[in-house]
Amino acid sequence: METDNGTTTTDDPTDAGRSSSSRPVGLTLLSGAIAAATVLPLYWLFDTAFRASKPVQLADPTTWLGVLDPLSLLLEPASIRVLRNSVVLVVCVTAASILISVPLAYLTVRTDLPFRRFFTIAVMLPLVIPSYIGAFAFVSVFSPKGQVQSLLAPLGVEELPGIYGLEGTVLVLTLYTYPYVYITSRAALKTLDTSLVDAARTLRHSRWEAFKRVVVPQIRPAVAAGSLLTALYTLSDFGTPQIMRYHVFTRIIYTRWADSAEFVSVLSLQLLAVTVLILAVESRVRGDDTLHSSRGGQAASRVRLGRWRWPVLAFPLAVVGLALVVPIGTLGMWLLRGSATGSGVPFELEYVANSIDVSLAAALIATLAGIPVAYLSARYDTRLGDLFERVTYVGYAVPGVVMGLALVFLGINLFPDLYLTLPLLIFAYVVRFLPQSVGSTRASFLQVNPALPEAARTLGRSSVGAFRAVTLPLAAPGLLGGAALVFLTTMKELPATLMLQPHGYKTLVTYIWQMQEDGYYGDAAVPALVLVAISALSIFVIISQEGYDVK
Amino acid sequence: MSNSTFTQGSSETEGTSQPDSTAETVLELDGVCKTYGDERVIDDLSLSVTDGEILTLLGPSGCGKTTTLRLIAGLERPGSGEVLLDGAPVAGNGDFVAPEQRGVGVVFQEFALFPHMTAEENIAFGLKDAPESEREDRVDEMLDLVGLDAHRDSHPDELSGGQQQRVALARSLAPEPEMLLLDEPFSNLDVDLRVEMREEVRRILKDAGVTAISVTHDQEEALSISDRVAVMNDGRIEQIDRPEQVFQHPESRFVAGFLGHASFLSGFVTGDEVETGLGTLSRDRIHGLAEEYDGTKLDVLARPDDLTASPAPDDQSDGEVVHRRYLGPTVLYRVELDNGDVLECMHDHTDQVAVGTRVAVVLDANHDLAWFPASQR
Repeated sequence: METDNGTTTTDDPTDAGRSSSSRPVGLTLLSGAIAAATVLPLYWLFDTAFRASKPVQLADPTTWLGVLDPLSLLLEPASIRVLRNSVVLVVCVTAASILISVPLAYLTVRTDLPFRRFFTIAVMLPLVIPSYIGAFAFVSVFSPKGQVQSLLAPLGVEELPGIYGLEGTVLVLTLYTYPYVYITSRAALKTLDTSLVDAARTLRHSRWEAFKRVVVPQIRPAVAAGSLLTALYTLSDFGTPQIMRYHVFTRIIYTRWADSAEFVSVLSLQLLAVTVLILAVESRVRGDDTLHSSRGGQAASRVRLGRWRWPVLAFPLAVVGLALVVPIGTLGMWLLRGSATGSGVPFELEYVANSIDVSLAAALIATLAGIPVAYLSARYDTRLGDLFERVTYVGYAVPGVVMGLALVFLGINLFPDLYLTLPLLIFAYVVRFLPQSVGSTRASFLQVNPALPEAARTLGRSSVGAFRAVTLPLAAPGLLGGAALVFLTTMKELPATLMLQPHGYKTLVTYIWQMQEDGYYGDAAVPALVLVAISALSIFVIISQEGYDVK
Repeated sequence: MSNSTFTQGSSETEGTSQPDSTAETVLELDGVCKTYGDERVIDDLSLSVTDGEILTLLGPSGCGKTTTLRLIAGLERPGSGEVLLDGAPVAGNGDFVAPEQRGVGVVFQEFALFPHMTAEENIAFGLKDAPESEREDRVDEMLDLVGLDAHRDSHPDELSGGQQQRVALARSLAPEPEMLLLDEPFSNLDVDLRVEMREEVRRILKDAGVTAISVTHDQEEALSISDRVAVMNDGRIEQIDRPEQVFQHPESRFVAGFLGHASFLSGFVTGDEVETGLGTLSRDRIHGLAEEYDGTKLDVLARPDDLTASPAPDDQSDGEVVHRRYLGPTVLYRVELDNGDVLECMHDHTDQVAVGTRVAVVLDANHDLAWFPASQR
């Protein structure tokens, strides 16, 4: 075939069993370039943060002053307050998530709670609602002059105490991130050997003592892993604190980057440092264990709730009611009332089309860019391959606001022609969501039996030919799944979209955001419901991928 | 058959018997070595295979037999040495011909059928350059050969293990390869099916007239399907010969031990007799025992099926039963002779001899016996 030239006598890419002495040079270079493209934008954060100090360095022989300058920005009261707010928020949300999730997991896995299967799914569903949509719904319901107030107005309630600030932010973020903890806790409880609890009971432990001394130590790693996901999400979330007007890193970076670039760069680096810290803790806690390894639960030894069986239902009902019924109900109500709120900017299908366009482009590019990185890491046992694969995850871990800011600086400094154009916006999406395609693609490459491309080679195909005829078709479902994930997450991406959108280019997300800022909630109802549906679809893709299997 | 070889010198020099000396050599390996890191997997291996024969590489796991197969297929490169197909070098001396250009078919251990293609598409995979009509004819022919015409539209996961193997065979035979390599072809099948498929595969290979090299660790499989067997150990070939020769006249203790149970009867050569723990054996029962071994010690190979133990009074007995293993159709008795030799005797399942019984052991073989100098022990 036409790709034979030069490839037939080079290295055998299917030699997966052993670390091949020969290395695929071209593939490695390509993967390296892709990995570099995902992290290099972050350089501009450092550049901007230290820019203020450069003249000082040149003029003054005491060059250490150059380091002092960003440091002094760090120590300003404003920075310290932001750090404190962020830490308080993360701690509160994480703690609240654990307090909700562990009892919920215990109830749905280990007890005879009524409608267990229904609640198992229902309490995971809040993941489907982007937190900024939740925040937007809660503000419209509970704000001082919101819907609840208007219901209570006949009773003489002029104004509600208000949902803005720390309390509201904690409430909303907890409701939409606790499922991370629930999912990991549930998996751990399901795989827990119940005979251990039985053993503890026969050793004179009450049920509660057995829970504390046997169950808790065993599910602790899983709870910790889920909590760290919640913490990471909370730290990087921009929409919720912005809507709730609570001053954390992301909000300050977004609102002040235009007028004080150096200051927000320093804040961004600080936020990155906190993120890295949490990631480091997470990888230590998680180790190499698979989190979602669920085997059949042991129905025989379920805990009988007795007369508490029905009263206890109030707890999952309250969680589901707040997290799901309030926002969906609110949006539905706005929808029924019609969009007669008169923003003057009616919702147009063109915005959806724009969203789909950029998301499709991002999905296509992320999938293509993911193939070499994933293939190198899956099929060759080289350190560089593993390194490049890891590096692509940086864009995922970096909070969206920070990556957005880095790309703003990159655009302004390096490619002024591209700044505020679609290519740079799409590049931002690719950098942020490349790991979704790399992960999914890599997993499906790993599932292709290495003997299959070998068989193709013995039947007369070149290494490239075997890749195209066998490996690629077998990995196709994984590639498609990865592309679908990138597409769906791009559709709902908020911070980078807001910072990098071309002037006048409206998408689903930017329209919702604009209506939210201007207080025209009714106009945002339809696009917000569309977003929830898209988000639900993406969760569905993730779930169906977990059961995905190729011999 | 023992008479024909009896006259040839010592067992060490008996050498490789070629099934047909006029047939041309299809494959030749010459001093091939392969190392992974510090580990030498193939050590100076030489081998030649003639047209149309079925050769089996037999050996314990880790002996390098699968690596040898991969070297022949071009899925690995030798560290040194040469591989020649039809007299033309395909690997070694800086040359390397890619697997797709060697014309070597491979049946993989787990068959490696493409799960996204039907049986028919799998078989047609290697025929991409053939014209449409020719391809269809060839696929029909192959389906017919392996008797799977009814399953042409099935995907691999809808086929049984035996059917999958037939498809794998048909797929690798379809492009008419110079030779076919089979990597542990029966290890994925149930025990019953394995025996049946051995016959079937041998029939298909002979019908197709293809030269084949198969790899296995199962001695029964190797002995039953092959024209020749190469016993491998530690990266080298210990012996290569017809199955009967390898079984009855092993050239090394490893080969003797790997093919069936092997007991050794120590003896001392004096004149026309060999003195052993079972009394004296006539010298002409020992295969090719040369003059120079007069007055030396040796070990005579005694297979369990050649030995019978029967209870005997103390003065007529040779040893004592120390262990009894019931195997269903047969019973294996382990007898410790008074001189310390340990022999294993295979009996019919109806025989009952208690552990601890004094027994007389009879070496009752209608073939000549293999032996090894005691100095090589």
